[in-house]
Amino acid sequence: MTDGSEAVFETRGLTKIYDMGEVQVHALRGIDLKLYRSELVVLLGASGSGKSTLVNILGGLDTATAGHVFYRGTDLTRAADRELTEYRRNYVGFVFQFYNLIPSLTALENVAIVTDIAKSPMKPMEALELVQLADRADHFPSQLSGGQQQRVAIARAIAKRPAVLLCDEPTGALDSKTGVVVLEALERVNRELGTTTVIITHNVVQGEMAERVIHLKDGQITETHHNEHKKKPGELTW
Amino acid sequence: MKAIDTKMVRDLKHMRGQIIAIAFVIVAGVSVYVTMASVSDTLQTTLQSYYADYRFADGFASLRRAPQGLAERLQEVPGVNQVQTRVSAVVNLEIAGFDQPVSGQIVSIPEAGQPVLNRLFIREGRLVRHGREDEVVLNEVFAETHGLRLGDTLTAIISGRRRTLTVVGIALSPEFLYQVQPGMLFPDPERFGVLWMGHSALAAAYGMQGAFNDVSFTLAPGARLQAVIERLDLLLAPYGSQGAYGRQDQISHNLISEELNQLEIMAFMLPLIVLAVAAFLLNIVVRRQISLQREQIAVLKAFGYRDLAVALHYVKMVLVIALAGAALGTGLGVWMGRAMAELYLEFFHFPFLVYRLDWPVVLTAAALTGGASLTGAVLAAQRALRLPPAEAMRPAPPATYRPTIFERLGLQRLLDQPTRIILRNLERQWIKASLTVVGIASACAILVMGLFWGDVFEHIIQVQYGLAQRQDYTVTFAEPTSLSAIHELRSLPGVLYAEPLRSFPVRLKNGHRSYHTVIEGFPPDPYLRRVIDADLQPLSIPAEGLLLTQNLADILEVRPGEQLTVEVMEGRRYERRVPIVGLAEQFLGVGAYMSMEAANRLAGQGAAVSGAFLLIDERHEAELMRALQNRPAVASIVSRDRAIAAYMDTAAETLLVFTFILSLFAGVVALGVVYNSVRISLSERDRELASMRVLGFTRGEIAYILLGEMAVLVLVAIPLGFGMGAVLSAVSAESLQTEMFHFPVILRGGTFALAATVVLIAALLSALLVRRRLNRLDLVGVLKTRE
Repeated sequence: MTDGSEAVFETRGLTKIYDMGEVQVHALRGIDLKLYRSELVVLLGASGSGKSTLVNILGGLDTATAGHVFYRGTDLTRAADRELTEYRRNYVGFVFQFYNLIPSLTALENVAIVTDIAKSPMKPMEALELVQLADRADHFPSQLSGGQQQRVAIARAIAKRPAVLLCDEPTGALDSKTGVVVLEALERVNRELGTTTVIITHNVVQGEMAERVIHLKDGQITETHHNEHKKKPGELTW
Repeated sequence: MKAIDTKMVRDLKHMRGQIIAIAFVIVAGVSVYVTMASVSDTLQTTLQSYYADYRFADGFASLRRAPQGLAERLQEVPGVNQVQTRVSAVVNLEIAGFDQPVSGQIVSIPEAGQPVLNRLFIREGRLVRHGREDEVVLNEVFAETHGLRLGDTLTAIISGRRRTLTVVGIALSPEFLYQVQPGMLFPDPERFGVLWMGHSALAAAYGMQGAFNDVSFTLAPGARLQAVIERLDLLLAPYGSQGAYGRQDQISHNLISEELNQLEIMAFMLPLIVLAVAAFLLNIVVRRQISLQREQIAVLKAFGYRDLAVALHYVKMVLVIALAGAALGTGLGVWMGRAMAELYLEFFHFPFLVYRLDWPVVLTAAALTGGASLTGAVLAAQRALRLPPAEAMRPAPPATYRPTIFERLGLQRLLDQPTRIILRNLERQWIKASLTVVGIASACAILVMGLFWGDVFEHIIQVQYGLAQRQDYTVTFAEPTSLSAIHELRSLPGVLYAEPLRSFPVRLKNGHRSYHTVIEGFPPDPYLRRVIDADLQPLSIPAEGLLLTQNLADILEVRPGEQLTVEVMEGRRYERRVPIVGLAEQFLGVGAYMSMEAANRLAGQGAAVSGAFLLIDERHEAELMRALQNRPAVASIVSRDRAIAAYMDTAAETLLVFTFILSLFAGVVALGVVYNSVRISLSERDRELASMRVLGFTRGEIAYILLGEMAVLVLVAIPLGFGMGAVLSAVSAESLQTEMFHFPVILRGGTFALAATVVLIAALLSALLVRRRLNRLDLVGVLKTRE
């Protein structure tokens, strides 16, 4: 994308060090990055490359050790826990690798748990329709397949109409056929709602559906490239 | 309903097994507390309103004979409100079909209407009518014991004449809640009862027309009892009074108020411990339950739920459990309290019951359970909330374990892998482990204390009636009489041995302290009625000076070597200084003992005896009883077995029922602690255990890891519980001690064994319940999700 469009996120020298008792792990080593509105970005990297850490910090789930993250000009690294909570509540949607649905709630209720607290959410059913799971609304997580659970998680993430959708290995626990269905759901949301979407994966093929692919290795960006022609998820095979 | 509340309801439903176990403990703790506290309050309130409604007197005095005119002067004494004069006499009774000696106290009542003080509650029939000399009203307990009904008759030897009396009423009186024969410690309704007769009939029989020998009075508001007694004593002394005394020295009141005080201590102290253990357990369970939800907490946070909202969610969840448990416990407590109060109503023969549950009791129960669960919830939620969501959402990192002390000492060869897992777990989570140990130990301690009371009573009976009072019967004479009476007794059929006794009423004084009692004189080395020391060895009776029981010495604040002033209150009244020469051990009642010779010198009436202790041949018992009853000189005959039974019926029974119920609840608490503890360990470690099953461990082997840990905790908790129980027993013995009773701390092996058995059974039951869950562990399901 061009520098002329609006940057939703900007990071400068973002660094994260985990203190694991006797060892220190450098998860991020000075990341400089901009993410734009409506963009679909794929973060590629092997496990341990720092991509989850980056997304967690972008989403306000974790804090950086050094450097800055700006969300629409606001410095998240200086935000207090309460402000981060407000930020997540209003602007961020998350999709996790292991869905993290609440087992005691049905599909519809898992979406409602977000719409209950969001400012101008869509109806829970509407969100389920977007991921084509309206007919499973009354099923509990244990009655859904992995792909269906992940689509519920996507519905839950987008139901609040977030400014950004952060997906951490959304297909990581799924077979490729189901993975494609989940990616299709993400792609549709990005297209229809214009939500800035970041997908983390270690699957190079999935990069072909993105506008921009960012490669991470050992906590640093090693390469960025733009796709001239985005592929449809249905065209991907792995 | 909001989705998050739906989650709460579903979570509660899902955890119902465990919630039931937790609620069980709360219900047990709260209900035992509410039951006991409400029973205690109810009995106190009932007694107070009974006293007030039936005008129970504040003070009493008995005398030989005083003209009715004296009553007016008594009435004028400052501080006296109302005065009731009566005629009262102890007589021998004959009841058809009962061939044992029975005596009764006949008390006069007006022939028209109720007396001013000490009114009667008429259960059946009516009061006596004017001019009917053969009518009598019986105390209900006495009537019930002998199966006497309205219209039945009994014979009384009144002034040496046999009189047939007809029962026209069955009544209760606040004055005779317990009917205790003069000189006895406990009631024995088979052998002693109270009867009421018309005043003119009784006065005529005893030559008391226009006179009285018994007076009761109430105090004016603000009047000081001691000052009033001093003034009354001045007026009454010339008429043979043995001194006026207040309610606290009135035997029925004294017995019942001590009993109710003991109940009160037991009712608040011990159930509160049960409740505290329950609350403590609740706290642990809630904390661990919420720790298990750390990932869900993280997810809620990731979606933007505020910390407060998440914390509130869990607070609501535990409050639902705690308050539902507290409400159920209160309900059950009220129900049990009412049922138990009804039992006590029959036991004490109260005419009515004023059931009372004080709000502070309910609030304390709710606050303790609510508070415990709240702090548990908040602490646990706080810990989960402190973590950044990204971190909390990952399964908790493998906990840091290290080799245990056994392994560091080089003993690892002795330990197999599962045992190492058990030991490392215990060492790493030592706080959690110690809390569990304390919980189990508390339950064990309460059991020890409950059983301790059984041991105490057994020990008291062994010492009091096996070592000290070895006589089969105690006979007292109506008046001090010559020694030849003992020889006569020895010649009666069935008497193997008769030991003389000389006793007379005294007031013992040391400075401003005084105590109204009797001095008993024994032969120098008594065979039947012995005085024992603290080591339970019989003492020789010294030729001079007094032996006091330890509790009496404490009341009077005297020690051996010091002197006491003795005011002799038999016949002519005078004072003497007497040295204290030794202390005696006695668990029941107080005692002042001296040699018979010294006693006779002090009483100043030459060589006299007041009664005798008898050892008898049981084969001639009935014959002996008839012979004794026919002797007008014999005032009372008391059997040792009856004394023991009377003691067990009154003092022991109320306490034992109490401690039994308490032990029952302690058992429930023990079960609750153990079960919840294992159950939570299972949810915390199901992945680990399932992984081991996948790796090829058998069900038995993984059960060993989980239950082995619990076994270690239980085995550590039991001896700790023994120690805590011993302390608790000592504290309860100390706090229940009164002037009349003191309780030795006797803990027998059997008590510990039984307490340990109950705890082990509770542990075994929990193990079986959890073992069933372990067998159904979903191996694939547990391993499928998450890394």
